[in-house]
Amino acid sequence: MPAIVLALGAVSAGCVLAARRLSGAAWPRRSPAVAIALWQALGLSWGLATVGALVGLGIGLGARAGSGPTWRVVESAAGRPAWLLTGAGGVAAGHWNLLSAVRALCLASGVALLAVLCWILGAAVAAVLRARHRQRQLLGLLAHGDPKVPGVLVVDHPAATAYCVPGLRASIVVSAGALDLLSAAELDAVLAHERAHLRERHDLVLLPFAALLRAFRWSGTARSANHHVALLVEMLADDRARRRGPARELATALLRVAAYGGGPAPAGALAADTASAAELTARVTRLLRPQPRLPVLLVVLAIAAAAILALLPAAALLLPWGIP
Amino acid sequence: MNRLGELERAIMDVLWESAEPMTVRQVSACLTDRDLAHTTVMTVLDRLAKKGFVRRERAGRAWRYRPAATREAYVAELMLTALDETGDRQAALTRFARSVSGSEADVLREALAALTREAPSSRT
Repeated sequence: MPAIVLALGAVSAGCVLAARRLSGAAWPRRSPAVAIALWQALGLSWGLATVGALVGLGIGLGARAGSGPTWRVVESAAGRPAWLLTGAGGVAAGHWNLLSAVRALCLASGVALLAVLCWILGAAVAAVLRARHRQRQLLGLLAHGDPKVPGVLVVDHPAATAYCVPGLRASIVVSAGALDLLSAAELDAVLAHERAHLRERHDLVLLPFAALLRAFRWSGTARSANHHVALLVEMLADDRARRRGPARELATALLRVAAYGGGPAPAGALAADTASAAELTARVTRLLRPQPRLPVLLVVLAIAAAAILALLPAAALLLPWGIP
Repeated sequence: MNRLGELERAIMDVLWESAEPMTVRQVSACLTDRDLAHTTVMTVLDRLAKKGFVRRERAGRAWRYRPAATREAYVAELMLTALDETGDRQAALTRFARSVSGSEADVLREALAALTREAPSSRT
């Protein structure tokens, strides 16, 4: 048991370290989809390993082989049979020492962590659904169509922006400012970018990372993970848009919105513009001077690493309990 | 958009145009191009009030209705909450407030100018 716990603890810590390395790496921009898969595997693996390690500690710390927490029927003082949970390591019934207190704490933490992770995921989904509902309500009252952009909702706001509202009744929204600022070809490129977000459900990719950030606001790693996955998702949509039209149009659209957008334009996770000039420059450079894609061998290795990473904690958790 | 949604929109437009709160009768009068029953207008105004878009006050025997906020305020809310997808309101607000700074914007403008010089402008 302790060996598995140590292994899970190592996986958990390893995921955090790997996340830091991945944040600083340059290769993800060459194959955003592969990098996103790796991020997802890291997140999943960390969650499972951390919960597993804490729960395993709670059950196994100080346990001798073959003895674990057991329920026993004993004679209580009143002479009636009573259920009793006896701890491993020879702790007498009803007798707590430091070791059993630590174990109980670990077990409780593990269960609590699992509960927290499930809860924040649920809370994040609820928050997103509420936000989308409100968006649709407001769009219903304020948005209109425009012959320049059939099928797209237009909102009368001077700042140039374009974003999508994902979901079952997905829509793309463009501001009047964007219609004025961008040329027809640039608009087409931006719309192709937004459609890629909707088609490939990038909102679902971002959701777990946003949820993790809500739960662990203080964590630099969680913030970094969320930030990098969001940027990779934008780059992925850029790549998809590039298939449908020249890359130059999307590049100039991004630059135009950022430089002349007309002031504080909202830059959301799925909006066509980005908040930071450095990131914008990175996206534009990527569009105009694409680096060669990762060699197939590296892609295969990365996917394999992601698969192993995701399965590692699950494999450890499924190993038979009796192994000391 | 369904008919009810379209009516809500038309009625909000009427209320936003007006400087004063309006009664159901006055709202109906502004929508003469549609053949609307008095009760229809009242029902839609009720719905809008329940959704929080419209406030009402008693004026004598009739109710008078006014929008809960200006159209511009709702547009601003729409733009701001567009980035609230992730539910991280704090990050949304900071991003909204922080536009590209002066010097950063200059760099981007130069990059854009260089790009459009390379090839004939595609602006229509």
